Amino acid sequence: MVNFVVNSEQQRFDGDEDTPLLWVLRDELGFTGTKYGCGIAACGACTVHIDGQPSFACITPVGTLEGAEITTIEGLSPTGDHPVQVAWRELNVVQCGYCQAGQIMQAAALVDNSESLSDEDIDAVMSANLCRCGTYPRIRAAIKQAMEAK
Amino acid sequence: MRAAQITNVSRRSLLGGIGAGAFVLAVGLPSTGRAQEEEPGFGPDAMPNGWRDDPSTFIAIAPDGTVTVTCHRSEMGQGVRTSIAMVIADELGADWDKVRVAQAPGNEEKYGNQDTDGSRSLRHFFMPMRRAGAAARVMLEQAAASRWGVPVSEVSADRHTVTHAGSGRTLGYGELAEAARDLEVPERDSLVLKDPSAFRYIGTDRVGLVDNSGITTGKATYGIDVRRDGMLYAVVARPPVYGGRVKSYDDSAALAIEGVEKVVKIDPVEFPTEFAPLGGIAVIARNTYLAIQGRNALTVEWESGPNAGYDSETYRETLSQAVSSASGTVIREQGDFDKAFAGAAQVVEAEYYIPHLAQAPMEPPAAVVEIRDGLVEAWACTQAPQVTRLRLAERLGLPAEAVTVNVTLLGGGFGRKSKPDFVLEAGILSQAMGGTPVKLTWTREDDIQHGYYHTVSVERMSAGLDATGKTMAWRHRTAAPTIGSIFAPDPTQKLPFELGMGLLNMPLAIENIRAENPAAPAHVRIGWYRSVSNIPHAFAIQSFAAELAHAAGRDQKDYLLELIGPPRRVTPTVQGDVWNYGEDPDLYLIDTGRMAAVVEAAAEGIEWGREMTQGRGLGIAGHYSFLSYVAVAAEAEVVDGAVTVPRVSIAIDCGAHVNPDRIRSQMEGAVIMGLGQALMTEVSFAEGRAQQENFDGYLIPRMENAPKRIDVHLVGGDATYGRPLGGVGEPGLPPVVPAITNAVFAASGKRIRRLPIADQLRS
Ligand code: FES
Ligand code: FES
Repeated sequence: MVNFVVNSEQQRFDGDEDTPLLWVLRDELGFTGTKYGCGIAACGACTVHIDGQPSFACITPVGTLEGAEITTIEGLSPTGDHPVQVAWRELNVVQCGYCQAGQIMQAAALVDNSESLSDEDIDAVMSANLCRCGTYPRIRAAIKQAMEAK
Repeated sequence: MRAAQITNVSRRSLLGGIGAGAFVLAVGLPSTGRAQEEEPGFGPDAMPNGWRDDPSTFIAIAPDGTVTVTCHRSEMGQGVRTSIAMVIADELGADWDKVRVAQAPGNEEKYGNQDTDGSRSLRHFFMPMRRAGAAARVMLEQAAASRWGVPVSEVSADRHTVTHAGSGRTLGYGELAEAARDLEVPERDSLVLKDPSAFRYIGTDRVGLVDNSGITTGKATYGIDVRRDGMLYAVVARPPVYGGRVKSYDDSAALAIEGVEKVVKIDPVEFPTEFAPLGGIAVIARNTYLAIQGRNALTVEWESGPNAGYDSETYRETLSQAVSSASGTVIREQGDFDKAFAGAAQVVEAEYYIPHLAQAPMEPPAAVVEIRDGLVEAWACTQAPQVTRLRLAERLGLPAEAVTVNVTLLGGGFGRKSKPDFVLEAGILSQAMGGTPVKLTWTREDDIQHGYYHTVSVERMSAGLDATGKTMAWRHRTAAPTIGSIFAPDPTQKLPFELGMGLLNMPLAIENIRAENPAAPAHVRIGWYRSVSNIPHAFAIQSFAAELAHAAGRDQKDYLLELIGPPRRVTPTVQGDVWNYGEDPDLYLIDTGRMAAVVEAAAEGIEWGREMTQGRGLGIAGHYSFLSYVAVAAEAEVVDGAVTVPRVSIAIDCGAHVNPDRIRSQMEGAVIMGLGQALMTEVSFAEGRAQQENFDGYLIPRMENAPKRIDVHLVGGDATYGRPLGGVGEPGLPPVVPAITNAVFAASGKRIRRLPIADQLRS
């Protein structure tokens, strides 16, 4: 049995401890905002924050999470107004939107933990997250806008 | 991206099923002025179930004034839910803040055609949706006029309010909704549409995407996100080779896993497989992880079938052979190619290879189906909800009326989700579980290994230049398996719709032209992939145009403009294109003036002709597809054989710009997707199996690959909205690849004739 916190609420998982956090979130707890894209840490669609660190839920066995604090896209901001979310909406970043929960979680951690960001800094971190629709130029612009707004 | 006639035949019989709504008068019929029994005409009239413009079908107004627009086209990132709402809101005179969007289930009798493909949602539904909005506005005006007892000519509706000019009295839309609903829908011919100068939303960037909030907070629902009470989760082990079958299997280890509920064999169908599941062994479990674990524990022996020997490297040579002699059907003949070629001062020949691709939408195919009391309900990320409904009903042995297909958001489509095989799998499994809701998920490995692949092709180009460097003779031989191979047993010739994707209708003014199409059998499932056959055709034609410029010692852009020739408007049938994207050849002509204009715009955007440093170069390409004109100019840098593309300029003329921000975003996305096809993206086959499994082997661009600068130029624009609309979702992609490879040539002197570039330039 594993106890952990998701978006400030205590949760418990009682099954195979090798189960990736991704499927615990999506199938067992109903946090479907966190997406599956590859299952092998190659696309970033499943990015969540574990104890504040952006992490791939698809390769994180739930058994390693005893006592961990997990934040998903649903819990990033109670009002949905994290500077990154606001910038995303203002610049109409999304196309299909499927990758964007992962992009936003990755970007939110980057923005929250940085004093300033160069294009290279942004590319280096955000290259972990794939977008098949090709929203990269707007993601770059939105991250810069969020940095200014925060 | 239209399913050839073959698929339309059975669906057309549905035309008889159109029912008139309670107060529908002259609306709801599939065409203006054309009797229903007549052969369908062009555009939306030619689509299965045509179009509708009945306001009650698309617009609902609540007592509090909230306007709910029902979008019957699938949202997959092109922004159609926002665009359709903009169009209706403008004609309705609605306040954007009070507009909501609902999604229609699959029901073409009610909504008209719902196949969201072929870049035609606005092309076909801009006018019907304008009329629906305008009709609802008139009904609101009539309701207010009769409440006040004044002539309707004295009232006007705008900004969610109807006003009486004389007295200044006003009523809100919400207050009038009920009375308006009971009125007769005005005659279509009586409607006065707004003058475009009065548009508040159409043609502007004023409104944000209707799904912005849901997507940025994780609340938006995709097919893979649907949850039902008591739902089980499934994955399927499919034959590794197309056409393979299960010989034997052992599921004891799978069933021993706690949480694995059942193992079900899914039977394949005989060729052609159309939209049927590939068959295989399904594992149904309490969550997705357990289903995957169960699948891993299966022992399956496969019978590989006729495609076991398919090897894409060998097949490239087979195709190369096919185009090396005059063995193909002549598909276009103009002037006398042989004579002009024989008399040429200089001859240029080149062969281009374009590999298989997988659409790989970020959301893999996924669907939920449940069955209760003989009624089937599906939730799916589908581009084709009506086709899904029909095929699901057929496979489950039920009438179509018993099947509801709810359309979720699509996490990308790119043509993959036009095929409902995955929804059928979910239906079969729910049925096997006695109707329990089952979510069927394709893992990424499933998506890349068992796809409906973009065709593989070899294009052989030959040209003769005269002493001044002018191209006098042009021959294009194309060999590629056809999408028709999933609809009919063993066709080997490209279908008219494939040839009409940029090959027959290329906008070049050359005197002597021949095009030939040798046979090419399919060995994998071939399917639509964004832009479809325009991809190989644009790559070959626009690379070759640049090669001819080089041979003639000319500037690439100048030479391309010369090939395009003076402004003229050509009827596509004159060039042998009988398809014309299903549109009227007298309405949509090949307009070389518009083609030249986007080439100029793209060139200007990248500052064509500027001095380049060592290892850098510019390339350009233009292509006409989906009735829109697009040109791309790219800057490439080649260092130690590694290619980067720092800057791209892309120009599109698609007629009027209904939702300019979404045109720009589609062009940005097309540049990135095309960049991938140029540099890295490929599915190869050995022993009949796809050699890539996931995003570690099937490479698509990451942010670090994306150009630092992409400038989008919207050209033309037609502020009168008088010119028919072109497509937007697909036409951006085809010219991107040749623009980049032409830039690579300028940067490195190395001509790319085989995609992707991968490590071809590394020594
Ligand atoms: S699903 Fe976790 S990185 Fe792709
Ligand atoms: S917005 Fe579609 S995958 Fe990123």
